[in-house]
Amino acid sequence: MWDGNLATVIVVTSGKGGVGKTTTSASFATGLAQRGYRTVVIDFDVGLRNLDLIMGCERRVVYDFINIINGEANLNQALIRDKRVENLHVLPASQTRDKEALTKEGVERVLNELRQNFEYIVCDSPAGIERGALMALYFADEALVVTNPEVSSVRDSDRILGILASRSRRAEQGEAPVKEHLVLARYAPERADRGDMLSVEDVLEILGIPLLGVIPESSTVLQSSNAGVPVILEDGSDAGAAYGDLVDRFLGKNLPHRFITTQKKGFLKRLFGGG
Amino acid sequence: MGLFDNIFRPSPNKSSAALAKERLQIIVAHERGSRRGSPDYLPALKKELLEVVRKYVPVDQSQIKVHLDREGGYEVLELNITLPDEEPQSRRGLEISRGNGQG
Repeated sequence: MWDGNLATVIVVTSGKGGVGKTTTSASFATGLAQRGYRTVVIDFDVGLRNLDLIMGCERRVVYDFINIINGEANLNQALIRDKRVENLHVLPASQTRDKEALTKEGVERVLNELRQNFEYIVCDSPAGIERGALMALYFADEALVVTNPEVSSVRDSDRILGILASRSRRAEQGEAPVKEHLVLARYAPERADRGDMLSVEDVLEILGIPLLGVIPESSTVLQSSNAGVPVILEDGSDAGAAYGDLVDRFLGKNLPHRFITTQKKGFLKRLFGGG
Repeated sequence: MGLFDNIFRPSPNKSSAALAKERLQIIVAHERGSRRGSPDYLPALKKELLEVVRKYVPVDQSQIKVHLDREGGYEVLELNITLPDEEPQSRRGLEISRGNGQG
């Protein structure tokens, strides 16, 4: 029998919007499920539901997170089972309610129920540092801090790290701190080499948390979101492969970081494209 | 003039990424400082404490020192008031601490 106490709650957060939180949540959860772990990914962006579109299940949403909190439906009715990957479920956000519906007690009750059935609970945080974002990180055991190599994103990530260290449940209860991981997304090695973009080392030096993965800037990310397919499922894509590595590293594999140095493209690759 | 620009402009060859890093390091250190540094009630606390002490003993503003320290999980508020020379025991210490600290 699965012991619910062993379930891990992971928040995908950033402070700043548009840096790749939902893309990361979708691929991270999909990757965990692909590797055999019972995984659920929850959209905390109440009012601006997005995860369902990125996961390609927007037409299957019947009930949502707030319905569960309010007792208007049970979890089995609201959880959407992914059709591509076994062990993967999506809990969509409500589009109609306001954020006040997201109560600490309600969120805790739903998470505790999910703990009985899932090994990993991935919380896709909304941007900002308001209620939705605070609720998404409050119960976290670990955090993926998604950052772009750009000044405002790095500053906001530092802000979020401060909040994780002071306002999470672990911080309030004086338990071991939330384990932090840096996900550097939209990275362009050639621009960093030219000195036009903060490098991996620069960002690491400023934020001072362990690097879980570097996701290269890639047109595949947009294409896969167009199609509603998490980019980790796109074979032959650099971003997808980087997410695959990231998941393996999260699960304890020691893999070198790829896509952080400039790759000289061969003639054929330049001609036909790649990544 | 190109030549003058190169001589007088501060590090003209600095890349924009280096500039970004420098700006970030400064702002992030500043913001961390205000997050984790001394709480904003400290000056007011110092002022009020001094007023209370002055009701009984004439002490000068410069004779009161308030210091907040963090060690591990503990916060230590250290308050040191030097009383004026009247009695044989000229210097008395007053300490308030939280946790296991000591001044």
